[in-house]
Amino acid sequence: MAEKVLMKGNEAIAEAAILAGCRHYFGYPITPQTEIAAYMAKRMPKIGGCFLQAESEVAAINMVYGLASTGKRVMTSSSSPGISLKAEGLSYMAGSDLPALVVNVQRGGPGLGGIQPSQSDYFQATRGGGHGDYHMIVLAPASVQEMASLTFKGFDLAEKYRVTSMILADGTMGQMMEPVELEMGEVNEHDKSWAVTGTKMARKHNIINSLSLNSEQLEQQNFERFERYKKIEENEVMYEEFMMDDAEICVVAFGIASRVSKNAIMEARAKGIKVGMIRPITLWPFPKKALETAAEKCKAFISVELSMGQMIEDVELAIRCKRPVTLCNRVGGMIPSSEQVLATIEQVQGGLE
Amino acid sequence: MIVFEKPKALADVPFHYCPGCTHGIIHRLVAEAIDELGIEGQTIGVAPVGCSVFAYNYFNCDMVEAAHGRAPAVATGLKRSDPENHIVFTYQGDGDLASIGMAETVHAATRNENITIIFVNNAIYGMTGGQMAPTSLPGQVTQTSPYGRDPKHCGYPVKVCEMLSQLEGPEYLERVAVNNIKNIRAAKKAIKKAFENQIQGKGFSLVEVLSSCPTNWGMTPQKALEWIDEAMIPYYPLGVYKDRSAE
Repeated sequence: MAEKVLMKGNEAIAEAAILAGCRHYFGYPITPQTEIAAYMAKRMPKIGGCFLQAESEVAAINMVYGLASTGKRVMTSSSSPGISLKAEGLSYMAGSDLPALVVNVQRGGPGLGGIQPSQSDYFQATRGGGHGDYHMIVLAPASVQEMASLTFKGFDLAEKYRVTSMILADGTMGQMMEPVELEMGEVNEHDKSWAVTGTKMARKHNIINSLSLNSEQLEQQNFERFERYKKIEENEVMYEEFMMDDAEICVVAFGIASRVSKNAIMEARAKGIKVGMIRPITLWPFPKKALETAAEKCKAFISVELSMGQMIEDVELAIRCKRPVTLCNRVGGMIPSSEQVLATIEQVQGGLE
Repeated sequence: MIVFEKPKALADVPFHYCPGCTHGIIHRLVAEAIDELGIEGQTIGVAPVGCSVFAYNYFNCDMVEAAHGRAPAVATGLKRSDPENHIVFTYQGDGDLASIGMAETVHAATRNENITIIFVNNAIYGMTGGQMAPTSLPGQVTQTSPYGRDPKHCGYPVKVCEMLSQLEGPEYLERVAVNNIKNIRAAKKAIKKAFENQIQGKGFSLVEVLSSCPTNWGMTPQKALEWIDEAMIPYYPLGVYKDRSAE
């Protein structure tokens, strides 16, 4: 058993990125994720890496674009308003098939919003965020340990499929401290023959590009990209089942909402209510099959969110609206209490009787 | 006997540029500099959005196509990946560099980012069909300033070299033109120096090249070259605006 250290969620992300071989970080300060930048600013110069504070989120994501073009591991992090600014770059990276890791420690919105926790960038993250047909792999940690392990895995998945991986966390995950085991294993090597590192006069030039004025060609590129997305959906779905064996009610929640929900489920179980939870760890690809299977036995679903009902649409789609889905939510930086989730469970149970 | 050859760093593909456009000359000067310095194998170029968007097809070195205005940020990533071995240049127009990409330009300059920028100023948005650029001259008629650019309504042109020369950061700023043999020779010298500076680790080097756009200026190629002398150079004087090593 490896040694555990007590870390803040944001710092766990930064250290795990370094362990994954990331030596370049570009970012712009924004609450509540600035600890990631501060950690990188301290560590990178000591390990031969590069931390650079960009003039804007727009510049930061384009520095990531440049660095990723050279085939090396690179990351940026921000919070909701900053991710909107990065959306242009995210679209270009998808169009150029560049791997990178982007962290969104969400805060309440829209607009400048607040600085307290939120999950209201769910649509933005799971639908890509910028213009055009594309996806990112979206990973939703529910503990400081997962902040680290999903960051490590995120880099690997990004390179394996040449896509952007996004850690979709929230202010609570970023700020809370928990023991973390930092033993992350080996870093996998992936093909980088596409990278621009200078031809050394030994090969034809490589071009990193998302422009294609030939419509047939652009269509083919989209088809090819979606073939890769299909493989991701087949191979990389991650979720946790909690007390689902005999569950009649299925709570669906991720991140901080899943932790609150676990407490509520234990209390409901003590009252004899057969309730369990499916916690998506990958928000894209969404654990559709797990929910579809659950819909065979469960009579009702509850989507617990820090948003006005965003993930609930994916839940309804996954179960083809076969069962009723109830929304249990708080927004604007507020977190649903376990009492609120329990009350919703009891209310849904009441409707089943 | 071959007396005149295409530079090796230029790809053997037809340019898409309009007749009389001077992008072709500027491409050639960049390629000559790369050839003469023997750096093609370690050079990575960044193409902009605008008329020279297809520059990634025209150079034989590795190339990256950037989002509109973001070339200096992309170049920063490319350079910081391997500062010892990567030679990085951007090739940008006036809309790209001096309008939408102004922040990226100024901050790459103030960081003295060790990159080379070829800034092609033809005072108009060419690719989109001739709209007013940040560098369009007062009174200049364009699609979006049909009565002539009125500074009272939409402000004055941006003088990029003059502006950047106020910063502590940049190593080298020079404005040149490619409208006659004498100016082309001076432009070649400046472009080569901008690459040499990078090889020597001196830092941010930008060469502003006054270029013609006969199509969107509504002039013959000959008249367009004359207009650079008559209208552009008086507003945008040629010369070295900053050269730290020479100070």
